[in-house]
Amino acid sequence: MSIQINGKVLETDEEGYIQALDEWSPEVAEYMAKEDDCDLTENHWEVINFLRDYYDEYQVAPAVRVLTKAIGKRLGKDKGNSKYLYQLFPYGPAKQACRYAGLPKPTGCV
Amino acid sequence: MAAPEFRTPELKPYPEIPVVVEGTMAHSQPYVAPPEHQQPLGYPGELVEDWQRVAIDKMGELVAKYRSLQVFLDACVKCGACSDKCHYFLGTGDPKNMPVARQDLFRKVYRRYYTLSGKYLPWLVGAEDLTKEVLDDWYRYFHQCSECRRCSVYCPYGIDTAEITMAAREIMASIGLGQKYSNEIIAKVYKLGNNLGLPQPALADTLEGLEEDVEEETGVRVRYPLDEAGAEVLLVTPSADFFAEPQVDGLIGYGKVLHQAGISWTLSSHASEAANFGLFVGSYQNMRKVALRIREAALELGVKRIVFGECGHAWRVAYSFLNTLAGPFDFLDSRYPVPQHIVEVTHDLVKRGALTLDSSANDERRVTFHDSCNIARASRMGNIPGGQFVLPREVLSAVCNHVYDMRADTIGEATYCCGGGGGLLTDDLLELRVKGALPRMQALKEVVDRHDVTHLVAICAICKSQFAKVLPYYGFEMDQILSLHQLVGDAVVLGTKQ
Repeated sequence: MSIQINGKVLETDEEGYIQALDEWSPEVAEYMAKEDDCDLTENHWEVINFLRDYYDEYQVAPAVRVLTKAIGKRLGKDKGNSKYLYQLFPYGPAKQACRYAGLPKPTGCV
Repeated sequence: MAAPEFRTPELKPYPEIPVVVEGTMAHSQPYVAPPEHQQPLGYPGELVEDWQRVAIDKMGELVAKYRSLQVFLDACVKCGACSDKCHYFLGTGDPKNMPVARQDLFRKVYRRYYTLSGKYLPWLVGAEDLTKEVLDDWYRYFHQCSECRRCSVYCPYGIDTAEITMAAREIMASIGLGQKYSNEIIAKVYKLGNNLGLPQPALADTLEGLEEDVEEETGVRVRYPLDEAGAEVLLVTPSADFFAEPQVDGLIGYGKVLHQAGISWTLSSHASEAANFGLFVGSYQNMRKVALRIREAALELGVKRIVFGECGHAWRVAYSFLNTLAGPFDFLDSRYPVPQHIVEVTHDLVKRGALTLDSSANDERRVTFHDSCNIARASRMGNIPGGQFVLPREVLSAVCNHVYDMRADTIGEATYCCGGGGGLLTDDLLELRVKGALPRMQALKEVVDRHDVTHLVAICAICKSQFAKVLPYYGFEMDQILSLHQLVGDAVVLGTKQ
């Protein structure tokens, strides 16, 4: 499977996660969000950017608590919880936001 | 990625056995494992050319090695006692999800190649060749069994359906037809020590964050130690406890209990996973390889005890197989069970009055306990028969004043699977997971209506994630599922004992 961004073909797995993580660009997130009928706001970008920074450092997506804490610090305490993240990413912050951010899908009992 | 389209079953005033609809779940099957997830497990990367011969040989090997499997294949008399006991049948109405019919996909092939009558008179005994169509059915329907073994409880011969599912999955993996979800995870454990693929620095960072959170909330510095040699207890817990909600609240609870009991403990990055998906795919070799990491970590850290966190099938592997897989554990303190469950540890402390508990901390919660299938039907806790049902409930009642059981034929050894066990907790099987949760949701609704129950409490990472996902499909909220040790952690009074 693949998606086409700015004339460039990016390979994805069956669930739509891009395969080569260094091929990611903000347009990838925009494209995927559009497919899901989701408008990316600044707050979405806060999450996506945090995921990418964390992944750069630790080679894995952050735990949900790490993410909610970081978002709480950036966007205000009332937004530092899963409920808010699920409002932003209804398919789940771990899975949907990771896909938009070009990270691999978290695996396991999650 | 649009949401898959299907209808969530309706919760009726009382449970109903569905009308049979042939082939209604024939479209449901998980993604096939690509070569990079097959090879680390010792399986061929893709379907081998002479797959039929390899599969039949493998079947012969398994039947010869596991006498239980042969007995289960020979003993069934088609009495039908199991047919309405499977949550996937009850949720889908697909007749191939009646345990007897699902098993027969395997049994008819066994008959054809390994019984005299099936070799010469196949048409007379329902024996069939292993064709591509049969193989496709295997892949679909042996991934519509969560190996929960509820049907086995009702089988007059005690046929263990899970063993047949496991054998079918192992044969399929051996010919190159493995399941992506499970095999990717096992390969990750080999590489990084846990299902999620959390490397040591990420674990350390996450645990440090938990210490900060707990201190901020309680004013007490509770530690969540990692790789600390010389600790008394090695805590082996599902990696979902580090990563997901509500699992992480359970981990916070274990830490509070151990802190307050003064037990020194550590997690290990090498064995940062309690789950053992080797069980799900029916592979002894892979199950052993995963289990050995726990032994290696225990030896390296010089611990005296091994305690397991809240993970259902991990406790089956630990309680029933760990000594065979990774023993002997003669280097551990023989005064404690090897291994021990965190519920046993907490229960013992509660009974001895070693913890100060303020159960009013949970007064806002009215709870019911979900027995996880592998704990209920494949293990025990404490030293009394049925301890796996008694201990968690006694702990729960000690920390919460409002506990109500669901209907008797849906708990204890008759418990229903959450719908996501046995390697099926994957988005590509979402329809199956939602439909398979029907009997549990039905029983939950009854206690919600009757006793105003607000939360379901579980001691299994899979159950917790599954419920968080499927509860909203049935009109509940995703945060109505809690970890048992979250309630414990909320009730434990930290600091000097009063």
